[in-house]
Amino acid sequence: MIRPAADAADTTDPAGTTDTADTADTADTADTADTADASARPAADQRRPGGEDGKDGKSGEDGKSAGRPGGRRAGRGTLTATLLVLAALLVVSATAGLAIGSVRVPPGQVWGIVTHALGAPWPEPDWSGARETIVLDVRAPRVLLAVVTGAGLAVVGTALQALLRNPLAEPYLLGVSSGASLGAVAVIVFGVSVFGPVSLSVAAFAGALGALLLVYATARTGGRITSVRLVLSGVAIASVLTAVLDLLLLTTGRGNEARTVLAWTLGGLGGVTWGTLWLPSAALLTGVGVLMTQARHLNLLLAGEEAATTMGLDVARFRARMFVLVSLVTGVLVAAAGPIGFVGLMLPHLVRLFVGGDHRRVLPTAALGGAVFLVWADIAARTVAAPMEIPVGVLTALCGGPFFLWLMRRDARRGTDRGGA
Amino acid sequence: MRATELVVDGVTLTAGARRLVQDVSLTARPGEVIGLVGPNGSGKSSLLRAVYRVLRPDAGRVRVDGADAWSLPVRRLARTVAAVVQEPGAGVDLTVREVVAMGRTPHKRLLDGDTAEDTALIEEALTAVDATDLADRSFDRLSGGERQRVLIARALAQQPSLLVLDEPTNHLDIRHQLDVLGTLRRLPATALVALHDLNLAASHCDRLYVLRDGRVTASGPPAEVLTPRLLAEVYGVTAEVAVHPGTGAPQVTFLPGRPRPGAPSGRARPAADAPRDEECHTLL
Repeated sequence: MIRPAADAADTTDPAGTTDTADTADTADTADTADTADASARPAADQRRPGGEDGKDGKSGEDGKSAGRPGGRRAGRGTLTATLLVLAALLVVSATAGLAIGSVRVPPGQVWGIVTHALGAPWPEPDWSGARETIVLDVRAPRVLLAVVTGAGLAVVGTALQALLRNPLAEPYLLGVSSGASLGAVAVIVFGVSVFGPVSLSVAAFAGALGALLLVYATARTGGRITSVRLVLSGVAIASVLTAVLDLLLLTTGRGNEARTVLAWTLGGLGGVTWGTLWLPSAALLTGVGVLMTQARHLNLLLAGEEAATTMGLDVARFRARMFVLVSLVTGVLVAAAGPIGFVGLMLPHLVRLFVGGDHRRVLPTAALGGAVFLVWADIAARTVAAPMEIPVGVLTALCGGPFFLWLMRRDARRGTDRGGA
Repeated sequence: MRATELVVDGVTLTAGARRLVQDVSLTARPGEVIGLVGPNGSGKSSLLRAVYRVLRPDAGRVRVDGADAWSLPVRRLARTVAAVVQEPGAGVDLTVREVVAMGRTPHKRLLDGDTAEDTALIEEALTAVDATDLADRSFDRLSGGERQRVLIARALAQQPSLLVLDEPTNHLDIRHQLDVLGTLRRLPATALVALHDLNLAASHCDRLYVLRDGRVTASGPPAEVLTPRLLAEVYGVTAEVAVHPGTGAPQVTFLPGRPRPGAPSGRARPAADAPRDEECHTLL
């Protein structure tokens, strides 16, 4: 999974790089989706034998009740194993992210530089100061932003899919990211007094919340949101917001700034520094932390709004609070990295194939998976057309568009009860 | 499980300009199984929604053990009242066990895990609806009847002292219809059940309330309520009512042909019919 991309970046031949890295990255995602789909059923079936083993182990107990803990343990084991694998993958991915680029640093040296910077006495520095700067000051913040943004978008997508009870919900598709972009750009264009990450993020948050409420109000009729209405109103609202944004950029007197901002609206992780990383990190931790405490309630929404009410959830209030939280995370991430699409769509669905639909499992898994995914997407963005840099949002859309179509077809096959919920 | 007293007191429900339920009063004493019958659109589901707190009454009160259901916190009410609703709920990639586990939510704090007690209750609920073998299946892939049983198990896992069920026997084969209603009878909890099948209602409910056009037309023990005259007036059908020799429950047989207005056909059971006459007429 990792080697082909790393090899690709290794070569100095730009044409070769393009080919291998590109195919490696896209093939990667497609592969995982396919095989996961095919293996989902056998994996589920294997649970029962697992339960049987538990029963055998607990001889003398009632068969039914002993089969259950076995099954549960197997389920929990799957989650732990999945999380561990993803965490290991994230470490490898981050190392690759620090190693790969115009100046290639061997992974061993990357680790040397990192452990040294963390205060470890070993190993003896045998690298140049320039390399240390590249790894620690240029690449590390960027890799970390990829981790934070990927995790955040995946978690936000998971939450939106539950809150709107729709498998196609995602901040980018719903125009929430566009709202955030517009908010941030408005701050830049109108030169609101306090420049900097905080005022940008606040405006992006407001824009995201506005767009989300608008889409929700438009898509909901008679207490229901159909996939068609949701996606259509998302597209329409995103178009309008993007048009307003373009209008702002084209009519502003600051030509140079407009160019920079235009590049940013395509989604990119460049230009981040240690100084600006804290805000997206804080937003991610808040988002994941709060959503984890609400995982049971997100589950209840899967049962339907009336059913959720009968199980003790004040649906309207809960949804309002979660909308604010989701907008906050999306806004801050968009302000930091631009609107990056489809991460929030793909990752929740991919991880559900492995750990099921319980949000207590989906949220942490999606967060780790999103981080891994975006780190690799960013590596590809830096290397595919080196020395040119491709906005990472372009690459995620390349993977995400086909995924979206696949999801639509799958839901059509499964019947209308899910999509129309 | 405990049992709760439910008192619906003069409840009126509207949707926009349309009146769904008009001044309905109903009492379910602790442990009783109360059947709600009536034709389509007579307001059964709406009335149940007011009880499980989805449709707010425009007038009247819903009292659960004396407390106004609509002024209790949602979560607290959910520890007393569980419902099986008619809603196409799609559990995205959840297993049956996970769906039933949802029922434990009102008893949980923020980060509480599932305890051994929860696991036992979930298993007990699955057993009660004969769904233990479904536990690890995907909820999305179940048949309509299997889903219905799982949703009933979810309500049982909630450990309610009042169960509100909207057509719980829909989609079920006859054996599971009897099983589900038998379960309701065995539970100590009070139950308010909307039913289409009058014979099931007659054999499993302590008392029936007959709704027509949003009003209570008749109420009382099945043997008093289910008369040919009432069936003719409320449903517009010809029927015979007999007492089953084994169970003692009234048994309705529907006959072809519409009843003639004013002259209910079918063989009436005079003893049961006479006292109901007055009530039926005054309310109609």
